[in-house]
Amino acid sequence: MSAFSATDASSRPPSAQRSRGRTYWREMDWVLIVAAVGVTIFGAVLVWSASRADMASANDPQSYLKRHLINVVIAIALGFVASRLDYRWLRAYTPIIYIVSLLLLLVVFVPGLGTSIAGARAWIDLPGGFTFQPSEFAKIAVIIMMAAILAEKRDFEIEPHDRDVFMSVGVAVLPILIILLQNDTGTVLILGSLALSVIAVSGARRRWMIGLIGGAIIGLLLAVQLGLLQSYQVSRLTSFLNPTGETGGATYSSTQAQIAVGGGGWTGYGLFEGPQTQGKFVPVNESDFIFTVVGEELGFIGSTLLILLICVILWRAIRIAMKANDLYGRLIATGVVAWLAFQTFENIGMTLGIMPITGIPLPLVSAGGTSMMSTWIAIGLLENVRLHSARSAPA
Amino acid sequence: MGERSNLRLVILSVLIISLMATLLVRLFYLQVMTGAGYRVAAQSNTVREVATPAVRGLILDQAGRPLVANRTSLVVTVDRVTLQREPDDGAAVIERLAQILDASAASIRDRLTTCGAEGAKPPPVCWNGSPYQPIPIARDVDAQTALSIMESRVTFPGVTAGLEAIRTYPAPFDVNAAHLLGYLGPVTEEALTEQGDSTAYDRLRRTDFAGRSGLESIYDAEIRGKPAVITLEVDTAGRVTKTLEGKPAIAGDYLVSTIDAHLQHLVEQQLVAAVQRAQAQGYPGDSGAAVVVDVRNGHILAMASYPTYDPAIWVGGVTAKQYQDLIDSEALSSNAIQGLFAPGSTYKVISTAAAARAGFSLYRKYQCPNQVKLGTQTFRNFESAGYGPITLKRAIEVSCNTVFYGIADKMWADAGGNDANRNSPDPIAETAKIFGLDAKTGIDLPNEASGRVAGRNFKVTNWEDKRDTWCANAISGYPETRKTNPEQADYFTALDRENCADGFRWREGDALNAAIGQGDTAVTPLQMAMAYSVIANGGTLYQPQLVKAIIGADGKVVKEIAPVVTDRVDLSRTAINFINSALQGVTTNGSGKRPFAGFPLGQIPVASKTGSAQVTGNKAATSWFASFAPANKPRYAVVMMVTQGGTGSKTSGPSVRKIYEGIFGVSGSTVNPTDSVLIGGAPLKKLPTVRPDGTPVAPKGKMSGQASAPGGGQ
Repeated sequence: MSAFSATDASSRPPSAQRSRGRTYWREMDWVLIVAAVGVTIFGAVLVWSASRADMASANDPQSYLKRHLINVVIAIALGFVASRLDYRWLRAYTPIIYIVSLLLLLVVFVPGLGTSIAGARAWIDLPGGFTFQPSEFAKIAVIIMMAAILAEKRDFEIEPHDRDVFMSVGVAVLPILIILLQNDTGTVLILGSLALSVIAVSGARRRWMIGLIGGAIIGLLLAVQLGLLQSYQVSRLTSFLNPTGETGGATYSSTQAQIAVGGGGWTGYGLFEGPQTQGKFVPVNESDFIFTVVGEELGFIGSTLLILLICVILWRAIRIAMKANDLYGRLIATGVVAWLAFQTFENIGMTLGIMPITGIPLPLVSAGGTSMMSTWIAIGLLENVRLHSARSAPA
Repeated sequence: MGERSNLRLVILSVLIISLMATLLVRLFYLQVMTGAGYRVAAQSNTVREVATPAVRGLILDQAGRPLVANRTSLVVTVDRVTLQREPDDGAAVIERLAQILDASAASIRDRLTTCGAEGAKPPPVCWNGSPYQPIPIARDVDAQTALSIMESRVTFPGVTAGLEAIRTYPAPFDVNAAHLLGYLGPVTEEALTEQGDSTAYDRLRRTDFAGRSGLESIYDAEIRGKPAVITLEVDTAGRVTKTLEGKPAIAGDYLVSTIDAHLQHLVEQQLVAAVQRAQAQGYPGDSGAAVVVDVRNGHILAMASYPTYDPAIWVGGVTAKQYQDLIDSEALSSNAIQGLFAPGSTYKVISTAAAARAGFSLYRKYQCPNQVKLGTQTFRNFESAGYGPITLKRAIEVSCNTVFYGIADKMWADAGGNDANRNSPDPIAETAKIFGLDAKTGIDLPNEASGRVAGRNFKVTNWEDKRDTWCANAISGYPETRKTNPEQADYFTALDRENCADGFRWREGDALNAAIGQGDTAVTPLQMAMAYSVIANGGTLYQPQLVKAIIGADGKVVKEIAPVVTDRVDLSRTAINFINSALQGVTTNGSGKRPFAGFPLGQIPVASKTGSAQVTGNKAATSWFASFAPANKPRYAVVMMVTQGGTGSKTSGPSVRKIYEGIFGVSGSTVNPTDSVLIGGAPLKKLPTVRPDGTPVAPKGKMSGQASAPGGGQ
């Protein structure tokens, strides 16, 4: 696929390497980094609050928080690595990354290796009680694979060939089908949205867009029709469209989540003081329902602050996509933006009762190592795109 | 085509901005606009109350002897939530419990079943409370059993043995007083409904016990106290995360009854003696009642009803069989306040008062033939005795019916006879009303019956109620009865035809019957006692009362309950004095003479009136004996009656005499006030003392009423 040599960087003279290092630190998007670190710290505090009650009887009440912080450190390190990867190297290994991620998705189904949590069979058991969620890495694999295909031998001025668009759709559909089998509808929605966004920004013809969006809607309707979505998920969706209507069939999680967030008021009960949070009335409030913790304990002001911090990340990411001087970088940035934006919306939306309940984490906030690492890798990739654009900008 | 890519990126950005804006709007709606409601929901999610009932107040007699007290009992409770976490749903634990408690596993399971669940037994057995609350399965467990349960927590998960205060009846002088004291039972559904959605910490809870009868019921609010309530914050698993609030229990107030345990015992004993006397004469003597009232203030000093039951039977809940036996024995209701009986000749006091009010001379002579004829009916004197012309006083002494027939007949004719309407004068019924015989006396006991006074007005009201049935029967002609007994059917039909046509009419025969307390007139023994008190005290109708003071558990008097005057009876002093002297004549020289033969009437004159009321159906007469003493300075009214008991003089009279002997300290013909059953020969003026620690100071020694435990107390 790629004809570039992967030995280019190491053949440079030492002085050039030094100057490139300085450029790296200078050109990096610090606003993005500060926002991402801020959201991560914010998340760690919320995870702490949510896990305190559970861990109160354990030997070390802070053990859950400590494990979370180890994950964060590993994740930031991985992000740093991702930001320094050479484009050509990345492009060269993309097919391998993609195929490995597909294989990992399939490992979930191997008895003894895969684990199911809350009905979704999406985890791989690791030694030491850790689990690994391959669908998180599949998101990255899909983004870079689609970007590689759609941007190959092209610049902004040429629209992608139908054959390339078709291939990129296939790249997205394959993992989507596997993840559907894992019963992880949330990730399917995210992958679908980011794939659509990447194809759209690649400049694909309008008929492709109409066809794909139409196909997605038909797929969604079919899913509802065939009972793939639970009826309460449907009623949540319709209640979102019709806010004055009664939301029938409210589930326990959803009701408890709204009680928690609603009870927060303007300023919340105060950290560690939320009755719903500390009483563990909201299930999985250290991961999927983490937003209930900020909603209840820090109120509208704290919740808005968190959402605005995430918006800063999204704004910087969109800015990077805008300023990218090659299509490959732009598509990677677009994929990451779409991923983070839709996942944030879906996660908070389900907590607030306007989106169907699916088991996906809030990026950078929820506990869960795989998600934390993949998101920081995505942040690293954004920095990588920015640095690449800065370096190759007309001098 | 860079333009297209840029445009699409802008569209994506706009989409993302709108999504984030949606989140913020929704957040604002949830938290700021509707947040208050969610706060309440969060509260009820996490807050649990643990309520422990306060110790109920004691009920003391007038001398400070506890009639109802508390004792602690070892109670075994089971936490069903813990039990259900067992692998076999706790079946093995229940088996082990059954063994150690010597009960059947099925009976324990019945106790653990929530009322209303499938296969649940009726309320005293099934669990009426919250499923999250420990359920008591055995009370009064011995200490050894309780210890073995507590020591092997692993074998008995969720099972606890603890102390609980339960009612005990110290029964000084072996008093029973079941109908006065009442009993406790689980709070009724009505009481809970009445209370509504109260969230007050001292509200009634489903698991509470409340007074269901007697003083326990009427004064429930006072003696219940306020429960200790701890408000806890819990998590989803029910684990306590925080104690929010703790309110200590406030012990219930004590009741100081007007009852004297010693006298009460004497009255109960004498009522049984009267019943036995009736049975010895060959009468069924199936029920009875006796009342002793302080005529100067309406205090009930003793009140008994036969048959009775052991009040302790309610402690810990009755079995279905015990309850059925109680119902069958008819011992649950008090004949003294709930039974309505024809008063017979004791009612002549009312007729005499009516005659005085209607202007009849109290001192001229009236004819006393042995019988009067009215159409086809003959109205006779008792044992068909005739006395010729006699004074009204003598007529009362010998209980001459025909004299009162004559008076009633004149009253009836003066009012317009058959053509009078419901508003025409009816002196006897009106007098009965001013003596309180047609209304509840207002005693502080539940479910009192109001009496029934026959008269013109009663007849019309009764006819309006029953006319439709009578007329329907007159038309149908009793087809069922006709199959087996056509003669009786003819008789019933004729009767109903007449009733249907003019059953509203107050006939001459009705008027004659009413004058001697027969016919439709029926009163409670308490009403009779209060009516006689009016004559005794010179014209005041008191509201009878059983409780004269409420004392806090700390010994401070909360309130004293003053006597309540229901009415000042509109009757001349002359008439009252006349009746008083006539009633004294009854005892010295009339139908009350026999039971009081040898009684020191010179020192303690007794005013009395016998009654042998006829009852419809093939039944023996109701034996009445109404009285008060000392007649020259009246203090006590004593009324006793026995149904199907024969004459008042033979059956009830001797018992009433024994009661007076007890009150005044009479033995033979000598009077010795120190021998009185009442300490100091009369009800105590001073309220009994309750020490600050809640111990009542009861009389010592012989007067404690406790055979083995001098000093009484708890």
